[in-house]
Formats: sequence, C-alpha cells, structure tokens
Amino acid sequence: MNTQGHVFKYPDNVDTDVIIPARYLNTADAQELAKHCMEDIDASFVSRVQPGDIVVAGWNFGCGSSREHAPLVIKACGTGCVIAKSFARIFYRNAINIGLPILECEEAADEIQPGDQVRVDFDTGVITDVTTGKTYQAAPFPEFIQNIIKKGGLLASLKEM
Amino acid sequence: MGMTMTQKILAAHAGLDQVVPGQLISAKLDIVLGNDITTPVAINEFTKNGFTEVFDKDRIAIVLDHFVPNKDIKAAQQSKQCREFSCQHCISHFYDVGKMGIEHALLPEQGIVTAGDCIIGADSHTCTYGALGAFSTGVGSTDMAAGMATGTAWFKVPAAIRFHLSGRLPKNCSGKDVILTIIGMIGVDGALYKSMEFTGPGVASLSMDDRLCICNMAIEAGAKNGIFPVDHVTMAYMEGRCKRQPVIFTADEDASYEKTVEIDLSKIVPTVACPHLPENTRPAAELGNIKIDQVVIGSCTNGRMEDMEAAYRTLKGQTVAPGVRCIIIPATMAIYRECVERGYVTAFIDAGAVVSTPTCGPCLGGYMGILAQGERCIATTNRNFVGRMGHVDSEVYLASPATAAASALTGCITTPKEV
Repeated sequence: MNTQGHVFKYPDNVDTDVIIPARYLNTADAQELAKHCMEDIDASFVSRVQPGDIVVAGWNFGCGSSREHAPLVIKACGTGCVIAKSFARIFYRNAINIGLPILECEEAADEIQPGDQVRVDFDTGVITDVTTGKTYQAAPFPEFIQNIIKKGGLLASLKEM
Repeated sequence: MGMTMTQKILAAHAGLDQVVPGQLISAKLDIVLGNDITTPVAINEFTKNGFTEVFDKDRIAIVLDHFVPNKDIKAAQQSKQCREFSCQHCISHFYDVGKMGIEHALLPEQGIVTAGDCIIGADSHTCTYGALGAFSTGVGSTDMAAGMATGTAWFKVPAAIRFHLSGRLPKNCSGKDVILTIIGMIGVDGALYKSMEFTGPGVASLSMDDRLCICNMAIEAGAKNGIFPVDHVTMAYMEGRCKRQPVIFTADEDASYEKTVEIDLSKIVPTVACPHLPENTRPAAELGNIKIDQVVIGSCTNGRMEDMEAAYRTLKGQTVAPGVRCIIIPATMAIYRECVERGYVTAFIDAGAVVSTPTCGPCLGGYMGILAQGERCIATTNRNFVGRMGHVDSEVYLASPATAAASALTGCITTPKEV
C-alpha cells in the first residue's frame, strides 16, 4: 500500500483541539466535522488538501483530548498519512484503531519541507521525498499492531477472534 | 525484576505473574467509561461491527457531562443516542441530567471505581482514578466500543517515572500547583507513554481532592497514567463508598523507574500555566499585571468540594472586580447541593459570581463561558491550547482555585496570599 501527495507541515505539540475544535463536537459525522479539520492552526488546510496528501509534524502530534474525531477528520479530508517525530499515545491508538496510516520518523519530519511531493510505502516504511530525491526509513510497527492494521481496524480484528 | 504499582495491576488483570515495560498484553477491564461526545462514536462502531450485547452492564459507565443540559439540537441528539443505548443495554451506571456530574469527579464520588481496578475511559482525563490506586487510562471511542463488547483492552506495559514527594504544601497551594509545577519541569511530553508514580512521605499530607487533581493532569505531561499508593487517606475515602472491594497493590522494593524526580512540597508556590501549553508555567507572583476578563472555577480538574471551599474562603464577603465575569461550576450534583447547604452559592452570588449546574462547558470551549477575540481567562481547567475556550485569539491561564478566586477580586492574575 502506498500514498503520494503534497506535504502540509506543522510544529511540535499539535493538539486535538486545533485538529478539530470541541465547539464542533456536537456531531459525530466525520464528513461534516472534516470541514473544520485543522481550522484553528491552518484555516486554509481544508480548501487546499487533496486526496493522498501528507501531514508532517514534530513531536507529540495529537496531544490533549482523547477525541477519536481527530484522526477521523484527518482521514475524512483525504489525508493519506501523518508523519511525525512522535505521537501522543491516545492519538496513536486511535489512528491505528480507525485505520489512519501514521509513521514515526524524526529525520523525515525535520527535513521534508511544506509543499514537497512525498511518497510513502506502508509495507516497508520507506518515505521518499520525490522533490529532493531523499529517502527515509520509518520505525516499523510491532507485529501485534500490524495485525490490527491488516484486518482493517480494532473491531474488525476482534470479530475474527 | 521488581514491578511498579502500575505493572502489578496490569499483570494481575492479564493473568500473568510478571510483565516488563514494552510487553503487549490483553487485560480484563473493571470499568469502561464514555461521555456524551465520545460514546456516540463508540455506539456507532459497536453497532456497525455487529455487536449486540455488552460484556457486563454493571461495568460500563456512561456519563452525559460535556454539553448538558444540552447546549443545542445536535448535542441533544447525541445525548439521546447515549440514553437510548444505555436503556437498551440496562447500563447500571448511566448518569443523566439531575444525577450527572463531570465524569472524573462523579465516578470516584459514587464509588464506581476503586483501588486495584483496571479502567479505560473514552476521555483523556480518565487517568484521574490513579488517585485511588487504580490503573486508569484514556482511550478513544473505538477502544471504548471494543471494551464494551469484550471487557478487555490491549496495552503496552509502560515504563515509569517516580515522583518522590516530601514535605508539606504551603497553605496557599494545592494539588493543582503541584501538577503544574511538575508539567513545567518535564514538559507536555515529558512522560509520554509512561506511568507517573507518586511516592514518598509527602503523599500522606495530600488530600484525596489534591491527589485526584494531580492524577487528572498526568495526561498533560503525555503520561499513560498517574498513580498514588493506597494509604489511610485513600482507605478513609473509599470506606462505605466503593461498590466493589478495593484491592491494594504496592510497588516492589526493587521496581525499576526510568528516573526519579524529587519534589519538596514545602517549596511549591502558586503556579500558573501561561498560553498556549500547560508546560508554560510561571510562579503567579512573577507574572506582573496581567488583566483578565473571565474566571472559571470548575472542571474535572478542580470542581471538587475543596476547590469550592477555596473559592468560598476568598470570595466570601468580597466583590468580583468590575469587568470580570466569574463562573463557578461545582463538578457533581452532590457538590452542588453541598455548596447550596453550606451557603456557598449565596456567597458566590453576593460576590457577583454565577454558579452553573455541573458541566464540562467552557473548559473545552463548549458553552457557558466562551471567550471572544482578544479576551483572557484564568481557569482552574486543564488545557490552555489555542482556541480551547473560544476564539482562536483568546487566552487561557491555568491555575488553582485559590489563585483563580484571588484573581477574580483584583481583575488581574494574583497570588492567593496577596488578597
């Protein structure tokens, strides 16, 4: 599985309140919520993002609230992948559980620039910055988590047990 | 190798004699929690995947607290969905308007959680119950759905940081000042994926409300959980309250910690976290003249009885500064009632404050105190992220109830002793 797209780049400690502000959480409709994705940190994100595009961020991406709406709206916007130096633990769990691809790679998060064209191979964890020609290797998921991803999320994996 | 308190609780719930940091386990859950924002997503996932029965109707808690009494039609629809699901599955611990409270104040108060429990909640502040000597952590809605279906959850066993507490807090400080100080020291990801284990002779001097507040904000340092040992204070709190028998776990003498942080409680000062991260802490006394438009005293962090007492001691017989809106939100109906009976509500109203029924409300920018562009609030809540309480250009300063109440009287951020 692969994704390729343009990069949107954000700093450290992007919290779930800016990914999807709580003032909109009176609905659980992901498509409706997706209209406000990243609104408080980058108001133009929703109008610019294209299917397959990639969010690149610093340390502790997705910190704060446990709202699963955060990875859901990033996915619903068509984002193909989030690459960060690290993820807050609840966001990490939620992304795996709902099937939003995420990768941890400090070097890639440092060097990739906004607007770069980037390709990600999820099977190998190889990140290629097509614009610069440079490749990076993301940390692999533990086998247990790979199984959840392969089966299409946590609940789908439970049904097979 | 010895185990930490958290590791021992996880091992017991996984049916294992020993666990080590990094190990992936499946653990039995004592309580699965959700609220009016996260439960609808969980119900949708539960239903969509063909589950029809919950694992145990007595071990699921659904609390309507974020947007109730409902702020608008959409919120009302979400509450209705939670209500109907709870009715359909005969959920014992379903809390609606009139009985509800903010979940993390309500569950300990009602004795639904107890020492030795393994708990997940679809709310990041579920880490609060570590104050009772339980393992308790925040998850998302899909994990909640899986927990409701199976009564189990997967965990990666966390490593731990030990916070060795000594001394006794000064009179104008409380648990909030302790946890803000710690977050200022280690940062918002200083305990990422780890347990924060609080130990040492200073623990005994901390009240349950202090401990609940400290564990509540463990997530603000990125932690998986915060946990206190069970002592006579915990036992006294749980006596006659907890519906299930507490199980006491203690860390092994040779338990391994990634590091130990020494905290002398007697050196803690009234502390404020400045915008826009909880790690941006400063002593309140060093902040200078920072004018405020609004004060919020409440939330799952600081809406408990001792917090109301702190507000009362400061506001009684005084007047909120002109141009300042002071909003006080007792966290549960029991606390609300106690505030009425003790005359606090009258004193708050006489001082020019308003008193709301329990709700998370303004803490997450829901309603009941949204900030306009350029406005500034001092709040006893837990997060001061960009736009957290309203307009993207508003500001939230986090502080203790004593500091927030003192600031309400002067109209600028003020240390409690100055009033």
